Parts: sequence; structure tokens; C-alpha cells
Amino acid sequence: MADFLQSAGAFVVLMVALGLVRVARGPGRADRMMAAQLLGSGAVGALLLFGAASGESAVFDVALTLALLSAFASIAFVKFALRQDQPLDDEEDAT
Amino acid sequence: MTTIASGVVVLLLLWLALWTVVARDAFLAVAGFVVYGLLLALVWVRLAGIDVALTEAAIGGGLTGALLLGAVGRLRGTEAATAAEGAGAGTRALAALLALGVTGALVLGVLMLPEPAPTLAPLAVPALPATGVGNPITGVLLAFRALDTLLEAIVLVIALIGVWSFAPDRAWGGRPGPLYRADPQGILAYLARVLPPLGIVIGIYLFWAGADHPGGKFQSATILAAMWMLVQMAGLADTPRTDNRALRFGIVIGPLVFIAVGVLGLFTAGAFLGYPEGWAKPLILVIEVALLPTLAIVLALLMNGPPARPWASAGAPGAGPLPGRHAIASRDRPTRSSDEGGT
Amino acid sequence: MRLLLDVFSVVAIVAGAVFYLAGTVGLLRFPDAYTRLHALTKADNLGLVLVVIGLLPQVNGVLAGLKLVLVWLLVMLSSAAVSQLIARSARRQETRP
Repeated sequence: MADFLQSAGAFVVLMVALGLVRVARGPGRADRMMAAQLLGSGAVGALLLFGAASGESAVFDVALTLALLSAFASIAFVKFALRQDQPLDDEEDAT
Repeated sequence: MTTIASGVVVLLLLWLALWTVVARDAFLAVAGFVVYGLLLALVWVRLAGIDVALTEAAIGGGLTGALLLGAVGRLRGTEAATAAEGAGAGTRALAALLALGVTGALVLGVLMLPEPAPTLAPLAVPALPATGVGNPITGVLLAFRALDTLLEAIVLVIALIGVWSFAPDRAWGGRPGPLYRADPQGILAYLARVLPPLGIVIGIYLFWAGADHPGGKFQSATILAAMWMLVQMAGLADTPRTDNRALRFGIVIGPLVFIAVGVLGLFTAGAFLGYPEGWAKPLILVIEVALLPTLAIVLALLMNGPPARPWASAGAPGAGPLPGRHAIASRDRPTRSSDEGGT
Repeated sequence: MRLLLDVFSVVAIVAGAVFYLAGTVGLLRFPDAYTRLHALTKADNLGLVLVVIGLLPQVNGVLAGLKLVLVWLLVMLSSAAVSQLIARSARRQETRP
């Protein structure tokens, strides 16, 4: 069972790696911003699988932290990209 | 499958690092850096360094990313000039040579380590139960090398003072950063109302679990700081006034308590930062509880940057001479002393 | 009973992996940012849900199970909201000169 979980985790990591190709190539800012999202759901899944494989529940804490902070990173990217399009003294945005 | 994935991740990391360095646009570079940090956390888990993975995910992923994005924003005005300069081919070649040389030296150093590598771990592990904590990393950080941790906390405070020193004279004591605004009925505001309570619970849990399991005050403080930044970014709370006394008290409380415990150790255990028999765990707890607000506030303020808006104005530029604390009677002075800043 | 739980886990996790694959294929092949966002958010999240469901019988202790569920809820919440933000940002990029 542990081997299967390890392999499944490795497979998900491979999927994340492939997805990052798009992030590198993709024209436009939105594709780059998806990187944090991709890691937020992909790497978190892989971490959960690795954690269950090794039996250490501390890895689930890492997954929690990763999920929280990749969401934060995505929001920071979006906010930054919005500010880039606007003059400095007008911080209006309607999200 | 696992070896394939490990190989792919190593190659991916190398490629990502290269991509980050050669990226044309600063935003791309920061995106690459954040992805690199988050991926590295995965690698640390595979290498059984879970505390390091937590710190890498928290700091390398979220915090440094936000910090760098802020820096890129500030450099916006100079981007054209920087692009025009560029470095000559000779400089680039020299830089590449230097980077490769350092990498090579590091690789050689690691590969040539004697087997078994010199380590103090066999000495530290038997002494761990005396400290009362179960997590060896917490034991090292707060008992065996407590002095290092104290100095790191002080360095952080000094770094914050350094960042604040960039404030223009008229803005000293004012609010850092721009006033973020977002639709109060919108998605960002919704996220900023729902995520921070969750984040605070997770942060406090990580802090508490740090005694016996991977975790601890640093990762916890980073999560709390990120949640506070989230609330600010959604416009639900303004950045704090840097002359707020409660804020400044929170900044110094950590190192002060740490030093106090150290001096106490001089009298009770015969050495600075010595813990008397049986008192190690409670003293460590006191230090950690005092350091948590310091670290969280300092990290969040570092992300905010130097004060930019004199507090006499609510976001409008050019509000007049250096604000006097007693001068203006009609000020409403909201105090923002808690970590989340209130909504 | 143990065998049944293990079979259930394997089936759920394999299904989750299939959805991760689908999401990555979509991310790589779809024509523009919005469709890619769909592939990423929906498919990857579904993969995560299935992985979490598959892992629930495998962990020891209620706390670990609770953490799994919490991770799932957190990722679902943040993905849904952040994907909207990214989509709007992309839209704004388009309509600006």
C-alpha cells in the first residue's frame, strides 16, 4: 500500500512538472499566475500522498501550510498585476 | 515511478532556477522564484526535513514572493532605464563564471564530506529530554543554540528599522504602503474574511505543535503575517501606523523577554540563557509566546515597506509638516494592536 | 474489511490521478487562459478530492483525517476564489491597450 501511495504521489508530481511547462510558455500574465494555483492543488495532493505513505502526519501540516500560502501568493500576484495597469495614486479595483 | 519523479523534479528545479535568472520581465522572475520555493518544500519533505519544508513553504513561497512583488512594484519607474543600461558581455561572462565556480565548489564540498559526516547530533539527542521538548529542532533552536535565535530575532528588528529608515521625513511614523481598495462585496474581500480565521487557527496550531512535532514559532509567525497582509490587501484594514505604541511594543517584546530570561539564567543557572533544572520547558514556552507577536508583526511590516503616507492624511499626498502627537485634536486614532488588525 | 478499504483507496486514488492527468492535459492543450483556468481549477480540485477520500481510510487517528478534510476544504475555497480573481485580471489585461 505504501509503495502504491508513493507511486501515486510521484505521478502527481510529474503532472505538476508538466503543468509548469505551460506556465513557462504561456503568453500572458494569467498563465504565470496559475503557477501558484497549480502548486496549490497539485503539490498539495502529492504531499498528502507522500505523507500517508510514510505515516507521518506532520507532512499534512506542510500540505496545510502550502495550501494557505500558495493561495496567498496567488492573491499577491493578482493584486500586483492589477496595480501594474494603473497609476500609483489611484488604487481602485472592483474585484 | 518514484525515481523517475525525483529525477524529473531535480531537473525541473535546475531549469526553473535558470529560467528565473534569465527571465526578461521582473514579474516572470518573481513568479518563477515563488514556484521554485514551493517546489523546494516538496523536495525537503522527500528528504525528511519536515521543519525545513514548513519554513520553505511559508517563507520561500508566500512571504518572499510578496516581498519581491512589492519591490518590483517600487522599481516600476526605473525599469525602462535599467533595461536601457544592460550589462556588457564581459560582465555577464564574469558573473556566469563566478556563479558556476561557487556551485562547483559547493558540489565538491558536499561530495567530499568524510563518511560519516561530522555532526553533533549524537551529542545533542541524548541531552534532548532535559529540555522537555520532543522536537529536536525546537530543542536546538531554543535550548542549545538559544543565543543564535535571540540574535536572529534582534537582527529582524534591526532590519525593520533599516526598512523604516527609507521613509521620507514627512512620512516618518506614518502608514506604509498604498491604501488598498477592493469591492467590499467582492471576492477578494470575501476571501479576506474567510481565510484569516482559518489561517490563524492553523498558525496557532503549528506554534503549539512545534514543541513535539515539526512546527514552531517561525512558521506560525509567517502564516499569521500572511493572513494580516491578506486583510490589508483586500482593503478591509489599513496598514498600521508605525508610531503606534502598541505596535512598537509588540515589535520589541520578543527580544526583551528573551534577554530577560537570559539574564535570569545568569542568576539561577550560572550562565546567560541557562535554564535551571526542570524549568526548561516553561521558560522555552515563555520565550516562544513572546517571540510570536514580534516575528509576526516584523514580518508583516517588512512586507509592507517603509512608511509612505503621513498619518495626518488618510491616503492623500502632501499633508503638511511633521505630525505632532499632541497637536491635532480632531484626529481619530484607531489603534491597531492585534495581529489581524480588525475588519 | 481491511482489504475492502484498501481496494476502495486504490480505486479512489487512481481516479484522482486520472483527473490530475486530465487537468494537466487541459492546461497544456487548451487554447486560451480562461479555458486553461477551468482545466486547472476544476480537474485538479476534483483529483484532490478523490485523493483525500481515498486517503481517509489509510491514515491513523482522527486528527490526521480532520487535517485531510481541512486541506481539501481550504484548497477548494481558495481555488474557487482565486480562479475568479485570475480570470478577471486576465480580462482586464485584454481590454487595456
